[in-house]
Amino acid sequence: MGRYLARRLLSAIPVILGITVIVFLIMSLIPGDPATAILGSYATPENVEKLNRDLGLDKPLFQQYFIWLGNMLHGDFGTSYSLNRPVIDEVLDRFSATLILAGVSFVLCSVFGIMVGVISAARQYGLADKALTFAVLIGISIPSFFLGMLLILIFAVRLKWLPASGMFAIYGGGDLPDLINHLILPAFALSVVATGVVARLSRSAMLEVLRQDYIRTARAKGVGERDVIWRHALKVAMVSIIPVLGIQAGFVLSGAVYIEVVFQWPGVGRMLVDAILKRDILLVQGGVTFVAACYVLFNIVVDIAQSLLDPRIKT
Amino acid sequence: MFGPFKASQSLMALTAALALTVGATVTSKAQTPPGVLIVGQIAEPKSLDPAAVTAQNDFRILVNIYDGLVRYKDGTLEVEPALAESWDISDDGTEYIFHLREGVTFHDGTPLNAEAVKFNFERMLNEDHPFHDTGPFPLAFFFSSIDSIEAVDDLTVKMTLSEPYAPLLSNLAYPTGLIVSPTAVGANGADFGRNPVGTGPFKFAEWRSNELVAVEAYADHWDGAPASEAVVFRPITDANTRTAEMLSGGLDIMSEVPPVSLSEFQNDNFQIYEQAGPHLWFLILNLKEGPFTDKLVRQAANYAINKTAIVENVLEGTAEVAAGPTPPAFAWAYNEALEPYPYDPEKAKALLEEASPETTELTFYVTEGGSGMLDPVAMGTAIQADLNAVGFDVSIETYEWNTFLGEVNPGLEGKADMAEMAWMTNDPDVLPYLTLRSEAFPDQGGFNSGYYSNPEVDELLQTARVSTDQDERAEAYKQMQEIVHEDAPWVFVANWKQNAVSGANVENFQLQPSFLLELKDVAKN
Repeated sequence: MGRYLARRLLSAIPVILGITVIVFLIMSLIPGDPATAILGSYATPENVEKLNRDLGLDKPLFQQYFIWLGNMLHGDFGTSYSLNRPVIDEVLDRFSATLILAGVSFVLCSVFGIMVGVISAARQYGLADKALTFAVLIGISIPSFFLGMLLILIFAVRLKWLPASGMFAIYGGGDLPDLINHLILPAFALSVVATGVVARLSRSAMLEVLRQDYIRTARAKGVGERDVIWRHALKVAMVSIIPVLGIQAGFVLSGAVYIEVVFQWPGVGRMLVDAILKRDILLVQGGVTFVAACYVLFNIVVDIAQSLLDPRIKT
Repeated sequence: MFGPFKASQSLMALTAALALTVGATVTSKAQTPPGVLIVGQIAEPKSLDPAAVTAQNDFRILVNIYDGLVRYKDGTLEVEPALAESWDISDDGTEYIFHLREGVTFHDGTPLNAEAVKFNFERMLNEDHPFHDTGPFPLAFFFSSIDSIEAVDDLTVKMTLSEPYAPLLSNLAYPTGLIVSPTAVGANGADFGRNPVGTGPFKFAEWRSNELVAVEAYADHWDGAPASEAVVFRPITDANTRTAEMLSGGLDIMSEVPPVSLSEFQNDNFQIYEQAGPHLWFLILNLKEGPFTDKLVRQAANYAINKTAIVENVLEGTAEVAAGPTPPAFAWAYNEALEPYPYDPEKAKALLEEASPETTELTFYVTEGGSGMLDPVAMGTAIQADLNAVGFDVSIETYEWNTFLGEVNPGLEGKADMAEMAWMTNDPDVLPYLTLRSEAFPDQGGFNSGYYSNPEVDELLQTARVSTDQDERAEAYKQMQEIVHEDAPWVFVANWKQNAVSGANVENFQLQPSFLLELKDVAKN
């Protein structure tokens, strides 16, 4: 197990390095430069040139890359131009907000997705199955940002039940009920598509397992149907469901970008969108690298979970 | 019964539990606390250091934290005393002596005195100043005519100019001229922009990244305590979400309402505000090469474009058709006699035929969006269609705003025949001086990207700039407008009317022609 873990962690290094190269290149290739963004409409070419020099952006690309990478290895992600704040502080602040949103959505999509999938499979072609399959189809088909706007319109603007945006009430909030209040709409909007995907795959995984001989054996031995499905079959089906959950975790993390913009959730996704619009190169580079690294690590965790559950995977 | 049924039961139970949680946590309909104004803004401020920022969005917060030596009189662009109680200008217009108000302190207790004022301007202008590196200061050129600044005594400041410069007072009233606490700059250095200290009616309380900037009433303000206990500025970048937040009651005031959303607020729960300001949306024409070297062709373009349709349909009535280079908001300097070029495609065709340029192919730079640009892509497309209809052949090239500035500011030569542009300014001098003078060609550090040059205009602008007699200045600007209108180095398109919406319970709110958001006297019931 230790060796497997070490191997997986080592293999993550080139991946993360590759990400830094890509992120760096993309940010240097996209149009617009930070000096113009900082100086605004009144930027004369002369001032732009001077500021670019001050920011070290006149150096050759590869040199800029290695300076950036070197600093990052020392934990220095640079200072955001637009926020005038260390990138790492900003990213860490924001990442917790994203983790809350994506985490809750992930739990929602896992729990509800698996439940729906299992129920559908157990009642294959029954009324419940047909109704759920239809609901899942709708869930998968609605773009999450559209659903988000729809939810805001209904629950915030018309019914005024829930806040339209933000993470906490501006005044007098800050406690858990307040957070939940603000979390309901975005977490729901974010989890719907993923729930649908998990439900579909859980259904087919369960159907696959339910056809196996050992299930028939279990039933023949008199194991109750409830135990057969929830204990025996689901445990085996989980082996094929977990990788899907891993993918969905990445999906909700990336989907959080739209949802954060629509709901003004103060997470890392919205930060990145703002940073791109403001040409805040260091913030984008640092933010994307950080999120990508987390994503890679998360995948390792999923792999390990899978290997623990499925003895066929060699550790 | 068997399992799945139980499972669906528990699913229902869970859903019910979730619904209950929703019900339990919903306290009442969204409501903002009493005494606190929540203001929805289009973006997070870049910095709260007035010398370091250029965006209206940031200025709206700054004017509530800081005061300048002078300020714009309520509802006008005329200058009145603020931190300076009075001032004397020497006869030759090169010496300004400001007499500061007595007993004013910054929020951190630092006294406002001549040294503090001196510190402020030297920080921006003097590259050797120990805190010059807290910049960059993109608008420092507003004060570049200041040669030296001197603390005559504790409450008297003398500014000596290198040449007479009439817009100085108006520039001092602009947010770039707001006075910051030297102690706070010394203590925070480059972080001052996140820990702002001024003398204004509100003192800075908190900045939560991308959530809010909060300011609290400063009861000791020299001009009296503000009407609200606090103001919270919330950045909500997405226009739909901003509108939804306002509709759901999460905001008291919202600036820059998208034109298409205005109708949502036309009911008893809200008040809509509109105010014209010194804004001009125009097309820069390339006078160095291509068809627009010919005045007739430039006039043809002005006749060809249906500005009324753009203003009414694309901008939903949130702007007015522009007549010339000076926005009407500068009432004293605006030439009332000037009429906008009417929409007259036949006349345009005739002019084009008369001029018969070698080519009618035009490259048109359009931006995706940017400060003051309103709806640039839709406007660009409408303009393209109008020009094509009279015989031009316009191809659009679209750029992201910063890239666009990087292409346009260095000049259009060799690249494009026309480009969109918009300016918001504080004095009738700024726009023509930086964009229409012969000496403002891009290679000389100006913004005359279309290379317009007319000695008469140069002379009038110089006269207006050095004169301290407002009537004389006004006369010069009016003549300048006539000449520029006739020469048509630009297509004059629109003057934006800024808008805002507030809850019906908000009192004393008013938009200012300066585009600033003065909230001192605004109260909520």
